[in-house]
Amino acid sequence: MLGKTAASLFWMSRYLERVENSARFIEAGFRIALTRSASASDEWSSVLKSSGVLQAYRRKHVDFDSVNVIDFLLRDRDNTNSVMALTKKARDSARTARTALTREVWEATNESWITLNAAMAKPVREQDLPETLGLIRNQSALVRGATLGTMLRNDGFNFLRLGSFLERADSTARILDVKYYLLLPSVALIGSSVDNVQWETILRSVSAHRSFRWLNGPDISAQAVADYLILHRQMPRSLTFCYAKISDNLNYIDDNYGIKSRSGELAHEICTDILRRPIEAIFDYGLHEYIADFIRANNGLAAQIETDFNFHDRVG
Amino acid sequence: MFDEMLGSGDDVRPPYRDYKSWLDRENVKRLHRKSADAEAFFRKTGITFNVYGEDEADERLIPFDVVPRVLSAREWRKLSKGIEQRVRAINAFLYDIYHRQEILRAGRVPVELIANNEAFLPQMIGVNPPGGIYTHIIGTDIVRTGDEEFYVLEDNARTPSGVSYMLENRETMLQMFPELFARIKVQEVSNYPGQLRRSLAACAPPKCEGKPVVAVLTPGIYNSAYFEHSFLADQMGVELVEGHDLKIVDGRVAMRTTEGYTAIDVLYRRIDDEYIDPLNFNPQSMLGVPGIFDVYRSGGITIANAPGTGISDDKALYSYMPDIVEFYTGEKPLLENVPTWRCSEKDQLAYVLEHLEELVVKEVHGSGGYGMLVGPAASKKEVAAFRAKLIDNASNYIAQPTLALSTVPIFTKKGLSPRHVDLRPFVLVSPSGISITPGGLTRVAMTKGSLVVNSSQGGGTKDTWVLEE
Repeated sequence: MLGKTAASLFWMSRYLERVENSARFIEAGFRIALTRSASASDEWSSVLKSSGVLQAYRRKHVDFDSVNVIDFLLRDRDNTNSVMALTKKARDSARTARTALTREVWEATNESWITLNAAMAKPVREQDLPETLGLIRNQSALVRGATLGTMLRNDGFNFLRLGSFLERADSTARILDVKYYLLLPSVALIGSSVDNVQWETILRSVSAHRSFRWLNGPDISAQAVADYLILHRQMPRSLTFCYAKISDNLNYIDDNYGIKSRSGELAHEICTDILRRPIEAIFDYGLHEYIADFIRANNGLAAQIETDFNFHDRVG
Repeated sequence: MFDEMLGSGDDVRPPYRDYKSWLDRENVKRLHRKSADAEAFFRKTGITFNVYGEDEADERLIPFDVVPRVLSAREWRKLSKGIEQRVRAINAFLYDIYHRQEILRAGRVPVELIANNEAFLPQMIGVNPPGGIYTHIIGTDIVRTGDEEFYVLEDNARTPSGVSYMLENRETMLQMFPELFARIKVQEVSNYPGQLRRSLAACAPPKCEGKPVVAVLTPGIYNSAYFEHSFLADQMGVELVEGHDLKIVDGRVAMRTTEGYTAIDVLYRRIDDEYIDPLNFNPQSMLGVPGIFDVYRSGGITIANAPGTGISDDKALYSYMPDIVEFYTGEKPLLENVPTWRCSEKDQLAYVLEHLEELVVKEVHGSGGYGMLVGPAASKKEVAAFRAKLIDNASNYIAQPTLALSTVPIFTKKGLSPRHVDLRPFVLVSPSGISITPGGLTRVAMTKGSLVVNSSQGGGTKDTWVLEE
């Protein structure tokens, strides 16, 4: 397969994953804005930070008014990571990789762009937000369903999956990076303002508040939340889960090509060095430093994949 | 005015009888619904094209009309024989013009027409393209003015587009009206991609080892015909590459894959000559591959169509086509040329200037309906502006009478209504012969009375049927 095609598949699924994560973030933020208006500004600020667009937002707006934040995240032309911009980029990538996609996957991606374009042609009113977010979720589900249901399990499929899980790991890590202070034991000791709702919001932004309860009952603790997002093997947005998938897909590619790639080794190192520590050790090391290490390693792996599989022409 | 369904009167012409009797019994509402379905289908599938000069985000649908254009087997035989003859002559002409230039020595085509022509590539002199084929793919534009009157309007011998619409239009019709195809036997078009791949592979270069590796070269996703490029690559099962995917490695043109560089044997390029090689042609080009032309000359790759084929469909040469056909085939042309005035010649220019309001005037190097004047449809002001351009650079233009193009009905809100059409059959040339897919792309001017069928000017398309014997 062409290096460019692999790159387009990889980025197409990163963009799609990012769209879905944005919808989740907005949903969690909107809930806070509705239920605890006093914390709304802080929450929107964290959402923008987790999405990596806080600076861009600040250049345009002074306060964190829900309407402005939502419009910025969904459709503002000045936001290169808005849901609309990302959907367009995903579709452009899919067009570039058109010959490596099944008709079903291409059509689902194309329709998602057409549908969301129409739904977001005008600013989304607050009363329509839940419906719009639902639409975004549905469109993602359609693309994912078409991918799982129709794609040949070849290297193209593996690059799609690598994109999804690298992006997802990055997103989960970013939430932890922005909100780590809520999970520090020292805060719990002070025992003051941080409460279940804050922790629940973290879980909500990875759509894990329900599954967390099923596994842990009504008791919620900072350490349990961190453990769930970082180390849980079955939670589909945990760092450990994502890395199990990343390793698998790199192994498939290596087997298929008959090579031992540096990316495969790197993924293995991340699994053993970073993700196999018990949660207590992570807290001893420092949650914030730990997450920063992980984000750096995750970015390093993405760069290594680009190099190993000739995504770009190397100069010289 | 000749209507292909109704002739000049009210009697349905024989090729349309079965279809018309089906249509007359159809529920009009159902047809309207099907028309809307077709549009949704094209949009969903992404069968769109970008219009130059408009917002990059603006992708348009080419309007599709549900009424097919029908040709009888006899009509098709006549057409395809004429096209085949013309295509043979074009390849012979190209070989000659880049080798001994016998036709110039014989005085049948003026030397200055070649010497001063930008479409003539001196770099191709003495080059022997693999398999001896210059034009692997040709789209011959045909217009009709009566029962037996067909004319060749243009020989698109560079990188003709539209074949994906021919294929998708048929797919759409099969999905929408399966019962029609059970009742009326229409010749198949769907094996075109397979034939294209075989015919490209048959022209592999001397340095090819093993099974020829074929690829399609596109300028990228913002090109107006990108849909077609990806469609053809996909249907042939070959890679779709851009210039930056390619590099010269060990004297071959190779594509960058996830496992390293792989040599390409046959490149079906969908970019113009000028852009394919910044080292040998336009140094500004970002689309091509530096050095590809040197690899080509050393037998390391086949470029389809060969560089320099543009000289054969140049509009300045068009009026010489009957001579060219006769010179190389020794036969009278089976298909006629449209009478043409050469504005480069003084007396002919004088005639053109006098009759601008009745004529169609075209730029010699233009395509896609850009920069042309349709006299009868133009305002006084437009004619005056064009006159100035024409006087300023006369040799840049040719003129033709405004032909009364045949019409075929389209399905409008108010029912059937005649619209002018043309036809672009697609021709594949390989060492083992010439094959023409029965039918081709029918383009239709969607505006009543309009003669401009180009999709870039709002034209639409129809499925084209050639009936079984």
